[in-house]
Amino acid sequence: MAELTIVEAIRSAILTGLERDERVMVLGLDVGRLGGVFRSTDGLIEKFGRKRIFDTPLAEASIIGSAIGLAVSGLVPIAEIQFLGFTAQAFHQMGPQLGRFRYRSRGRYPLQVTVRAPMGGGTRTPEFHPDATEALYVQTPALKVVMPSNPYDAKGLLIEAIRDPDPVLFIEPERLYRKGKAEVPDDAYTVPFGNARIARAGSDVTIIAWSAAVEVCERAAEELALEGISVEVIDLRTIVPLDVETMTQSVMRTGRAVVVHEAVLTAGFGAEVAATLQEECFLSLDAPIARVASPDTPYPPASMEDAWLPSTERVVAAVRRTLGIQK
Amino acid sequence: MQNVTDFVTDTLGGGEQVVSPAADAVYQVLDSEGNLRNGVTPTLDDEFVLEALRWMTLSRVYDQKAIGLQRQGRYGIVSPVLGQEASVVGAAMAFDPAIDWLVPSYRELPAYLIWGYPLSHHMLNLTGNPIPGRIPGGVKMLPTQAAIASQLQHAVGLAWGLQIQEKDGVVLTFCGDGASSEGDFHEACNLAGVVNAPIVFLLQNNQWAISTPRSYQSATRRLSDRAAGYGIAGRAVDGNDLLAVYEVTKEAVGRARSGGGATLIESVTYRMSFHNTTDQPSRYQDPAQLEEARQRDPFKRLHAYLSQRGMWNIEREREYSSAAEQAFETAMADAQKAAAREPAQIFENVFAELTPRLESQRRELLGPD
Repeated sequence: MAELTIVEAIRSAILTGLERDERVMVLGLDVGRLGGVFRSTDGLIEKFGRKRIFDTPLAEASIIGSAIGLAVSGLVPIAEIQFLGFTAQAFHQMGPQLGRFRYRSRGRYPLQVTVRAPMGGGTRTPEFHPDATEALYVQTPALKVVMPSNPYDAKGLLIEAIRDPDPVLFIEPERLYRKGKAEVPDDAYTVPFGNARIARAGSDVTIIAWSAAVEVCERAAEELALEGISVEVIDLRTIVPLDVETMTQSVMRTGRAVVVHEAVLTAGFGAEVAATLQEECFLSLDAPIARVASPDTPYPPASMEDAWLPSTERVVAAVRRTLGIQK
Repeated sequence: MQNVTDFVTDTLGGGEQVVSPAADAVYQVLDSEGNLRNGVTPTLDDEFVLEALRWMTLSRVYDQKAIGLQRQGRYGIVSPVLGQEASVVGAAMAFDPAIDWLVPSYRELPAYLIWGYPLSHHMLNLTGNPIPGRIPGGVKMLPTQAAIASQLQHAVGLAWGLQIQEKDGVVLTFCGDGASSEGDFHEACNLAGVVNAPIVFLLQNNQWAISTPRSYQSATRRLSDRAAGYGIAGRAVDGNDLLAVYEVTKEAVGRARSGGGATLIESVTYRMSFHNTTDQPSRYQDPAQLEEARQRDPFKRLHAYLSQRGMWNIEREREYSSAAEQAFETAMADAQKAAAREPAQIFENVFAELTPRLESQRRELLGPD
C-alpha cells in the first residue's frame, strides 16, 4: 500500500498492464522520454523501449485509427490523447469507428483498446483543452466511458479498462491529478464497471456526479452538514455502463436529487440521469430533480472559468432549492 | 484528365525507380491496343494472366447482373467496379492472401473474392443482411468501409502491429482520388512513413468522386507525388493495364516484405459506370469522355494481348463468361438460402456482454426471452 496521487495511480495501472501482458503497448504524443505531458507514463520508455511506448506523430485521428489496426493485429493498445477536447480531431475514429468494430464485424474483430484523456477545467489551460465532451461519446454507442474521481478508483478502473475486451474511453480528472494522495494497493486489483460508489452517505438529498465534479460535491456536502443537511454523494465512476440501481435506491430513500457535471447543461449526461431517475422513481420524488452544470456557452477564457464551472456555492444553492430552503 | 497518349513508358529496374520528370508519367506494359511497350518484358506467364482475366470477367458479369437486378428492385445499391477490373485484380494478385491482409474501401469486389470472401456474402451485404459482416475465419480481410479514407488509418495500424510482433504479412488497402483529400489519408500515409509500415496504399484514381472530378480534389499533377512528402515510395501506373498494375504492386509488396516500408500507388483508371445505382452521371459527365474511356477498357487491351499470343479466342471468351454467370447464379442461390435476419441480432456484438441498460432496452423492444 502506498500513498499516491491520481496521476501516480494511473501510471501504476499502466505499468501493471505492461508487466502483466506483453501485448500491451502505449501510444500517444510525448508519452516517451517526456513521460507524458502530465507524467503518467514517466519512466516507462526506459523500462519497455520504443516498441511498447511509442511517441506518435501529432495527429489525434491517427493515434485512435492506428490503435484500431494495432488491436486487429493482436496487440492491446493504450492510446493517450493529451486533452479530451482534442479528441474532437479524432472524433470519427473514436466514436463511429473504434466503438463499432465488434458490431460491424459481427464479433470477428473485437477491439481491446483503451483511450486515455484528461478532462476538465480549473487549471487555466488554453482554449479547447478543458472541454468536457463525455456525452458525445455516450451518443456513439458501443464505447464504454469511464470517469474516475480518486486515486484508488483511477488505478482499479484503468486496470479493468486495459483488460476489458471492448474499447474504453478512460477520462481522467485533470484538476485532481495531483490534488492530494490516497492509499492505493500495490497489487493489480480492479474496480468493476457499472458500479457506482457512495462517496458520502446521507439521508436528505442525493447528489450524483462523476470525475472532478465529485470533489466539488463532497465539499458542498461538508458545508451543508454544518447546517444539519445530510447529503448523499454518488460517484458514478462509469457513465457507460450506468449503474441505475445505486442511484435509484438512493433517491428513493432521500426523495431528492441534484445532478452535477462540468459539461454544458443542455443535452449533457445529467439530462440522461435526470430522465432515468424520473422514470425509475417518480413517485418517490419530493422535489424536481435539479441540475448544476456549466452554461451553454463556449468554454470561457481562463480568467473567467471559476465563475463558469459548477462551484461549491452553486451546488449548495441547488441542494437548498431542492429542499425548499430560501436563503 | 490526361490523355492516354501522354502516358510515358517507365521501366522498373532493380532498386530505386526514378519517376520520370514528366509529371503525367505512368508505368505501362501494354499500350491501349494490347501491344507490349518497347523494351518491356512481361513478368507474368500466360496462365497467370488468364487467371486474372477470370476474376476480371466475374467482376464485370457480376456488375452487369447486379445492376439489372437493382433496376428491377430485387437488389440493394450497387457500386460497380466497371472499368477498374484490371486495377483491382492486378493489385490483389500481387499479394499472398494466406499471410497478407486486405483492408478494403467498397469498390474492389474481385479483391475480396481473391482473398476468399464468398460472393454470396457480398450479395447479402447489399441486401442489408448482417451475416456477411462477419468475415469468415481465415480470411485476412476487414469489412468494407463506407466512411471515406477511415480504413487507411486502420490499415497502417494493422501493418505496424504485424511489424512490431514480427509477424509475416503485408497490408493492401484501397482508396480513391476523392479519399486522397481526406485528413485520414494524410495522417495514415504520414504514420506509415514514420513507422516504416509494411503496407501498400492502392489509390484508384478513377477520375470521379460521385460527380466531383479529379481536378477539383487537388492541384497536384499526380496524386502519387504526395508520397515524397511522407518519405514513402510513390508510383503511378496505368490502372487499365493489368500487367503494369501487377508489376508495380509486386515491386511494392517486395519492398514492404523486405523491410523497405510503404508505397503509395496511384492507379490511373476510369469509372466507366456510375458512383452507385443512385447516381446520374448524365448530369455531370461529358459523353465523349466516357466514350474515350471505353476505348481504353482494360478487357479490350488484355483480350488483344492474349490473342496475339494465341491464348484467346471467341470460344474461350464464351467459356469465361458462362463460368462467371454460373458463379453468379450459384452465389445468388446460396445467398437466398441464408437465414433471415432477426431483430434480436440488433443487440448482438455491441459489447462482449450486454450492459444492464442494453438488456432492458432489448426486453422493451423484443419482449421477454
